[in-house]
Amino acid sequence: MRPAAGKTATLFQDTPLALDGGAMLSPVTVGYETYGTLNEARSNAILICHALTGDQYVASEHPITGKPGWWERIVGPGKLIDTDRYFVICSNVLGSCLGTTGPWEENPATGKPWGTDFPVITIRDMVRVQAALLDHLNVDSLMAVIGGSMGGMQVLEWLATYPERLHSAVMLATAARHTAQNIAFHEVGRQAIMADPNWQEGRYYDTGARPEKGLAVARMTAHITYLSEDALTAKFGRNLQGREAVSFGFDADFQVESYLRHQGSTFVDRFDANSYLYVTRALDYLDIAGRHGGRLSDAFKGAAHVRCCVISFTSDWLYPTIENKRIVHALNAAGVPVSFAEIEAPHGHDSFLLDVQEMDHMLRGFIAAAARTRGLTGGIGA
Amino acid sequence: MNLRKDLQLIADLVPANARVLDVGCGDGELLDYLVNERGIDGRGIELSQKGVNECISRGLFVVQGDADNDLEEYPDQSFDLVILSRTLQAVHRPREVLLDLLRIGRQAIVTIPNFAQWKVRADLLFRGRMPVTKSMPQTWYNTDNIHFCTILDLFDLAEAEGLKVRAFVPHMRNGRRLDMGPKLANLMAEQALFLLEK
Repeated sequence: MRPAAGKTATLFQDTPLALDGGAMLSPVTVGYETYGTLNEARSNAILICHALTGDQYVASEHPITGKPGWWERIVGPGKLIDTDRYFVICSNVLGSCLGTTGPWEENPATGKPWGTDFPVITIRDMVRVQAALLDHLNVDSLMAVIGGSMGGMQVLEWLATYPERLHSAVMLATAARHTAQNIAFHEVGRQAIMADPNWQEGRYYDTGARPEKGLAVARMTAHITYLSEDALTAKFGRNLQGREAVSFGFDADFQVESYLRHQGSTFVDRFDANSYLYVTRALDYLDIAGRHGGRLSDAFKGAAHVRCCVISFTSDWLYPTIENKRIVHALNAAGVPVSFAEIEAPHGHDSFLLDVQEMDHMLRGFIAAAARTRGLTGGIGA
Repeated sequence: MNLRKDLQLIADLVPANARVLDVGCGDGELLDYLVNERGIDGRGIELSQKGVNECISRGLFVVQGDADNDLEEYPDQSFDLVILSRTLQAVHRPREVLLDLLRIGRQAIVTIPNFAQWKVRADLLFRGRMPVTKSMPQTWYNTDNIHFCTILDLFDLAEAEGLKVRAFVPHMRNGRRLDMGPKLANLMAEQALFLLEK
């Protein structure tokens, strides 16, 4: 798409990144942001993992949309994740399109954008890149790794792959595998992109036209899964959009149609269609238990020292409580200390991004205890 | 740290270095004491969000859930000791819960309010209405207690299921111990603690 406004690091220059799919990638560029200062003991780093279409701008203005950071409610000076105390890192995931290597980037072998020649990646591949970024930043271990939705899946892969680098881990509204329904919704999105004549088998970067219609439909479909029926009813009901009666045509008569069209059309300004294919594929391939003979707990055998917290939301039908509880049981069975609650919230899957007081209470208590047990006391730079 | 006296009775029976699961751990007072004063590896289960949040703020590990629905998810013999304090009378299937406690843990500590205490008997006898006492302050229609039992009832159940009573501590609500056998305690004690083993 375009290089990130912000920090970038070039990794895997000498040793290529070996992907789960078998391909090698070298070099790998990572777009990232940091907030706060790493203390002398290098013990106050927190990695925040973003969701499917998220980015590294967790607590600073998005360079394309100009909107505030996606979790500024939680992350910042004096806030719940206090950047006066902690060194917060957030990087754009592998395959995405805000400064990190993905299908939009030039393939060094051909000098042209990768397109669909880009290798298919996994959530664990994303985490491998994050681990290399930590090396680059001279951070050996994290006080906490935190993520919701696809971010939570990255946290799970951290627990499975690099537990020795973790002190605590927070997973919000997530799952250790994609279900048939999860894959089904993603497939609709991908087919919408591929059905757009501008997609051109993924080789659209120099054609002057992008598969915006397809990507917008993909976003509209996905967006429905982030909400709940109650939230949609409360927000829109059957209200009409700027008219007194239905038009007996196919304009956006209903407010909900207008809202979804808006979500779709603004999304294409900040996201690359091929990146959407790759990142949704990575989600679909996630099945951590599958790698361990069906026993999820076996994935967490090395994580018995990591303080864990799992939170689900009552109205989330994308990654519902039962999927989150599966994680809790597996952690328990592996002897990993874990706290869990299902929090009452009406907003659907997106609850983890919204103002939910009970989530804040729980996170605040958990992070304070994590800092205490990490030997961090109050005060700036402590 | 001043532990509530009735909780102290439980804490006194927890062996050093035990792995403990406190089912219905409330605000985490007992767990906090066990973990932070006694260095015990303790986990909790609590239904209320408020209790969960308080436990987490204390740095404890607690999973939201209740005795009726969530015990089955814990592996066999994964704890040395499972605690169920003043909750057995409020679950739907007390017998199954009791057996589950001893499936998960090698030992279980169960405390119950005693429905056969003389004040309760007198209240029922003379008022002719479901007893409302200081240790059972709720009325019949809003009480959480759906399976009231007495000290002798619990001894009977333990015997029927082949469970050994390793310790029996009848006491008052304020935690004062009563030094007496089961039959007299059944008349005098407001509540009782049982340390059970398979």
